[in-house]
Amino acid sequence: MEKHCTDSRVKGVSTGTTILAAVFDGGVVIGSDSRASVGEEYVSSKTINKVIQVHDRIFCCIAGSLADAQAITKAAKFHLSFHSVQMESPPRVMAAASVLRDLCYKNREELQAGFMTAGWDKKNGPQVYVVALGGMLINQLVTIAGSGSTYIYGYIDAKYKPNMTKEECLQFATNALALAMGRDNASGGVAHLVVVTEKGVEHVVVPGDKLPKFHDE
Amino acid sequence: MALANVFETPAPGFNFDNAGRNAALNGLFDGGKTPKPMKTGTTIAGVVFKDGVVLGADTRATSGEVVADKMCAKIHYISPNIYCCGAGTAADTEKTTDLLSSNLTIYSLNSGRNPRVVMAVNILQDMLYRYHGQIGANLILGGVDCTGNHLYTVEPYGSVNKVPYLSMGSGDLAALGILEDGFKPDLELEPAKELVRAAIQAGIMNDLGSGNNIDICVITKQGVDYIRPYRESQFKDKRKTKYKYPPGATPILTEKVVPLKLDVVQETVQKMETA
Repeated sequence: MEKHCTDSRVKGVSTGTTILAAVFDGGVVIGSDSRASVGEEYVSSKTINKVIQVHDRIFCCIAGSLADAQAITKAAKFHLSFHSVQMESPPRVMAAASVLRDLCYKNREELQAGFMTAGWDKKNGPQVYVVALGGMLINQLVTIAGSGSTYIYGYIDAKYKPNMTKEECLQFATNALALAMGRDNASGGVAHLVVVTEKGVEHVVVPGDKLPKFHDE
Repeated sequence: MALANVFETPAPGFNFDNAGRNAALNGLFDGGKTPKPMKTGTTIAGVVFKDGVVLGADTRATSGEVVADKMCAKIHYISPNIYCCGAGTAADTEKTTDLLSSNLTIYSLNSGRNPRVVMAVNILQDMLYRYHGQIGANLILGGVDCTGNHLYTVEPYGSVNKVPYLSMGSGDLAALGILEDGFKPDLELEPAKELVRAAIQAGIMNDLGSGNNIDICVITKQGVDYIRPYRESQFKDKRKTKYKYPPGATPILTEKVVPLKLDVVQETVQKMETA
């Protein structure tokens, strides 16, 4: 009669995931799978959205405990919104990443979530920042995280090129997510992709059956 | 910064005042084992249909291996347009939903606006996250407001998901099979009620912790139809559980009257002002 798992290391529902973000010429692509799991064996949701908008041109992706991730992004949204009211201008991507970094670092004993922040701002254009579990913040051109990321490090290293076009970058991200979802049992579902440029934000959802197939499938 | 029409978040941090008391209580019981809290060991389900939301629940509450309540109400009132099904620890779901309901009513009176489902979800999420999973409440929140028909799930650690259909509780896997098979977007009212009933029925049949009757709650823009019970269990017994007897049912065998002699010792009169 007890619930499915009682000995998972992550509290409650975990995103056990694949997330990635990459800079292309004029914008960023940020993407994730859509599976949420409890313990090692039960998929509690097939359609969870892990790409969360924290401001008009800034998105973040969450990996780890779903409850922690949702609580932190709420706090981050509030802080960023308040900051942008005070500054009377949209926040920089660096500001968003710092807000998340502070929240993660101050509460590193209790939290189990890692983030990547990606977006576009007027001063530095498209950027990607990653905030790891302990609160470290670094700026990279392309980054991956989550349980499924281990299977695609090789693909990312080999196939990423700086200054790709939007279509090339979208294809690159879709392929990477498809490869990770194919090998990692904690990642799956649909691929959520968001493209952020100066002009605006575009959501692309690739359903599971439309993902690219590779030679052994 | 607290305005009356904005819901104020309570002071940060966790309240572990009861931890010390619980530790002391542990020692008082024989063998050091505290009694287990009553869990609802339940099947609850919800479906969004064309005109609103249908929520369903079984009515069995278990305490260990014993059925503690055969007609437990698991669909709780939150506001006139929002209802909540609760699974997990019975006391936690009751109190959490009660708190949510009173807070939403105060907010709604102060701001002059009807509460929205998404606000109820946010309040619940904040409350449960602050207690880091110590509150064992798995909730399905459903309601209709000016932005549409909504169904959300809230888990004990505070994670939230918006879905068109779902089930929770110990019987959720059985119910989910029925829902996955039968759900279509924009169902009509009767097929939606039948789908939820079938899902709860599957939970009752295949899970020990669920049973007895099925309650259904239909929420639409026009109003709420709380049908309790929607289907009764076919295994009802004939015990009345009401033991009132008419006067004269018990024969009097003997009667002995002893008058008590009382003397008045002191008398004081106090006048009350009733102006």
